[in-house]
Amino acid sequence: MTNHWVDIKNADLILIMGGNAAEAHPCGFKWVTEAMQHRKAKLVVVDPRYTRSAAVADYYAPLRVGTDIAFLAGVINHMLSNNKIHAEYVKAYTNATFLVNPDFKFDNGFFSGYSEEKRTYDKSTWAYQRGKDDFVLVDETMQDPQCVFQLMKKHYSRYTPELVSKITGTPKEQFLKVAEYIAGTHTPDKVMTICYALGWTQHTVGSQNIRAMAMIQLLLGNMGRAGGGVNALRGHANVQGITDMCAYSEVLPGYLGAPGDGDVDRETYLKARTPKPLRPNQMNFPQNFSKWHTSLMKAWYGAAATKENDFAYDWLPKRDTAYDSLAIFDRMFQGKVNGFICQGFNPIAAIPNKKKLGTAFAKLKYLVVIDPLRTETAEFWKNYGAFNDVDPSKIQTEVFRLPSSCFAEETGTFTNSSRVIAWKQRAVEPPGEAKVDSEITARLFLKLRAMYKAEPGAFADAIQNLTWTYANANMPAPEELLREINGRAIEDVLAPVDPKAPPVPKGTPPTVLVKAGEQLPGFAMLRDDGSTACGNWIYAGCFSQAGNLTARRDLADPSGLGNYPGWGFSWPANRRVLYNRAGADPAGKPWDASRRGIAWNGKAWAGVDVPDIAPALGPESGAGPFIMTPEGVARLFAVGLMNEGPFPEHYEPFETPVGTNLMCPTNPKAVSNPAARVFKGDLEQFGKAAEFPYAATTYRLTEHHHFWTKNSISNSSVQPAQFIEIGTELAKEKGIHNGDMVKVKSMRGEIKATCVVTKRIKGLDVNGKKVHHVGIPIHWGFIGVAQNGYLSNTLTPYVGDANSQTPEFKAFLVNIEKA
Amino acid sequence: MTMQTSMDVTRRSATTTPSSSIRETPKVAKLIDESKCIGCKACQVACQEWNDLKEDIGMNVGVYDNPADLTASSWTLMRFAEVENETRLDWLIRKDGCMHCADPGCLKACPSPGAIVQYANGIVDFKQENCIGCGYCVTGCPFDIPRISKKDSKAYKCTLCSDRVSVGLEPACVKTCPTGAIVFGGKDEMVAYGEKRAGELKERGYQKAALYNPAGVGGTHVMYVLRHGDKPQEYSGLPADPKVSPMVSLWKGIAKPLGVAAMGLTALFAFLHYVRVGPNDAEVDNDKH
Repeated sequence: MTNHWVDIKNADLILIMGGNAAEAHPCGFKWVTEAMQHRKAKLVVVDPRYTRSAAVADYYAPLRVGTDIAFLAGVINHMLSNNKIHAEYVKAYTNATFLVNPDFKFDNGFFSGYSEEKRTYDKSTWAYQRGKDDFVLVDETMQDPQCVFQLMKKHYSRYTPELVSKITGTPKEQFLKVAEYIAGTHTPDKVMTICYALGWTQHTVGSQNIRAMAMIQLLLGNMGRAGGGVNALRGHANVQGITDMCAYSEVLPGYLGAPGDGDVDRETYLKARTPKPLRPNQMNFPQNFSKWHTSLMKAWYGAAATKENDFAYDWLPKRDTAYDSLAIFDRMFQGKVNGFICQGFNPIAAIPNKKKLGTAFAKLKYLVVIDPLRTETAEFWKNYGAFNDVDPSKIQTEVFRLPSSCFAEETGTFTNSSRVIAWKQRAVEPPGEAKVDSEITARLFLKLRAMYKAEPGAFADAIQNLTWTYANANMPAPEELLREINGRAIEDVLAPVDPKAPPVPKGTPPTVLVKAGEQLPGFAMLRDDGSTACGNWIYAGCFSQAGNLTARRDLADPSGLGNYPGWGFSWPANRRVLYNRAGADPAGKPWDASRRGIAWNGKAWAGVDVPDIAPALGPESGAGPFIMTPEGVARLFAVGLMNEGPFPEHYEPFETPVGTNLMCPTNPKAVSNPAARVFKGDLEQFGKAAEFPYAATTYRLTEHHHFWTKNSISNSSVQPAQFIEIGTELAKEKGIHNGDMVKVKSMRGEIKATCVVTKRIKGLDVNGKKVHHVGIPIHWGFIGVAQNGYLSNTLTPYVGDANSQTPEFKAFLVNIEKA
Repeated sequence: MTMQTSMDVTRRSATTTPSSSIRETPKVAKLIDESKCIGCKACQVACQEWNDLKEDIGMNVGVYDNPADLTASSWTLMRFAEVENETRLDWLIRKDGCMHCADPGCLKACPSPGAIVQYANGIVDFKQENCIGCGYCVTGCPFDIPRISKKDSKAYKCTLCSDRVSVGLEPACVKTCPTGAIVFGGKDEMVAYGEKRAGELKERGYQKAALYNPAGVGGTHVMYVLRHGDKPQEYSGLPADPKVSPMVSLWKGIAKPLGVAAMGLTALFAFLHYVRVGPNDAEVDNDKH
């Protein structure tokens, strides 16, 4: 979340799209009800299904799965055509005025630079025009046809309400009603928040779904403000913490880009990630990259990371190819993986195409499953009848199960969607022989290190030299780990020498900011000379000399806006609302006096939150509020970053019920995301509408949590068994009655379950054709106390988002019949 | 919102002994704001947890209501109703359970002394040790709430967590409700809050929003705020004008002494049957009436 849970109460309009907060985040949803009761906020829900969020909403509109960009692009067009944008904000705080390379083009579904063969773009034309001083050229009038504003206007003018309705199936008047609600918050006295979740991410255009909404929030001037923002509702108590700490291959802790094969040495690596400012006087905060990275290497390798060995840069793995989950399991499927350690992860339930996954596991020599529960992954080899119809005698994989602890059985931290790191104490000891995950990992590491010592194999240095200074090497204490993540001074941290300051007399001792051995108060103290260590720069400050700030439970809320600055520690720097400088106008005055964030008081930025800008960098400096970009402003046009284009564009799901992309009907190569990766053999596994005519989507129910709570009697008693949801019209067509058993089939497999026939799912008119949806809740499997059932991943397609590789669980094709 | 009250009994089934009356016990009430309820069923689970109940893991029968009906182990249940008209579709979700009527039909109907009591704070409670499993409370209830257990043939329903209330805690469902849809406090205070909420909902465009506190049963200690207050029956058959059945009143007035005598004879017959023939294994009928 750019804002935070409690902040939802400050909104005037709450849009739930690409998520279902009432069902998937019922505890956080209290802030929606709070805003509705006390701020008279309106709640609008856009979803293929009329959900429990819709049940309490002021307005609901349906749309076809996988068409969110078309819908949002239509909203952008509506706002621009009706001049319902926050013009001053857009001009000052976005790159709307920036001039773009004249070679940048968009034509019939493709942006410039596409290679059909490689399925990737050469992004060199998606760039700014630069002046002699190397800064970007701008047109303050925003009239130049090459400025971002005009390019954006042209791009989205194609998304007329009529065409949007034809693609999405949302009746035109309902689309316009939602567009009106959203556009209505373009004035400084109104704010909208958007809450989304996996309904936006689990698509082959997932990242662009979110970008489209970020653009809307920028055009409305809703970023950086109380009650605004783009808010990702994360899946469980610590999934934010997992991404912060880099449980995936593309980044190091704190979202530092991980090195690839091309980063041959430290200098090359740092240079590629340390941008120069693109406009004068900008903070360009990523210029500090080398400090964050060097401090991380010191945290990992301690004294072994020295200036002489480039702070152990060579010991970091360099990616030669993709190592996202889809890539890993595809490699396993091809028999190229020997062993797999699976910790807190049930991939056969959580990764698409169960059959492919099961086949992949059967090719492993060994599989280690570290989990507090029995999982389907750990028993992939066992025959569970139709639910898992395998022959154990044909599977040679050796499976080891290491029981670990549940969240309530371990002390440590959760980082929630609000970015708040909160310390928690274990409630009970883990049962039996179960151990906490950190102990399992530590023991595994120590064993491996001893083995490397006994018989040094290839590349032992990276393992031998890891720093391991815990009081009990087998059991690193949670406090020790958090202190390490926060970081400390290895040597005295000195104040930087100001070249403009008058010379000091010789012999004057330098100013010491942090004494050697002390915990760091924040990331501003990080250095790239080896004098500081920090396990995750964005967490710096959470466990300072003042103690464990994540354990704070101060209920004081001086502003009344719900920031609770003394509750836990919100990264970065205990800041509660990101980009809060943008909550004030260019002169430093809050846009809305009733919801003041920070303001310029003539000398410094101050207010109810930690300023997201250097405290003394006043409005006259011209420094923009988006300090993490070298432009200083937010990007409506995304130079270089996104893989399928600088503007979000509608592409059909890989399994489309329509077959053509109405935005470029004459280009069969741009029906679905042209830059999404498809593995060999998976293309043939995509179904066509002729055989699988219905648009399917998977989702969660409030009664269950993923595949865990099917092990709990209470949860299972209130939602006991697998079911499929279809609308009354489709049910009538297929002769299916409420409560009948049905068979749902995709190109990958079939499942059987009870059918719930509902008025809440409607057939949608898509370009003159009726498209029906089939809803597939995910929570069942062949293990647990709930009624056993099929894994929904029996049906899902093996393809992911072009940027994050998040699988397309939300839009694929099936057929359905009475079983 | 919690309050601690005395647990003085003011009414006791099939009993003529007068109740104590010297203490001035305030009345309590629970208010369920349907406009804030997301049907998450946390209240169902909290009810089971607090009351040490375990519900069977059933089947899906084509609806979100699970279990499909109230049972002896599920004292509260979320009921889901899809109501569609020309202008909009509603998915009306109602937390069903005992309404704790000020004039309780169950208590009036109950022939067993002290099996049903009403406390001075308004809570209607079943005392299973005195329950004979006759099922008259089921017939007497205008809301179809009590359920007879197959295990011990006794009647069960929501106690409004009388044990928690007696020590100043709110009912378990209130404590667990994530959205603030269930609140608890003094009856007057809850009526005032409910009316305020209905007013707020009218401003939002729900012109018929209303507090549900039906006079036919003397008002209730569990009340709803309904967005469609003019059509309570659309909420899975919430009665528009619930009343204690005239048969129950008749029973209470004239028939009950005769009935009790008849039951005595039945018991005697059963005893003789048991002594001469052995136990009767017939299952207790647990169907809804």
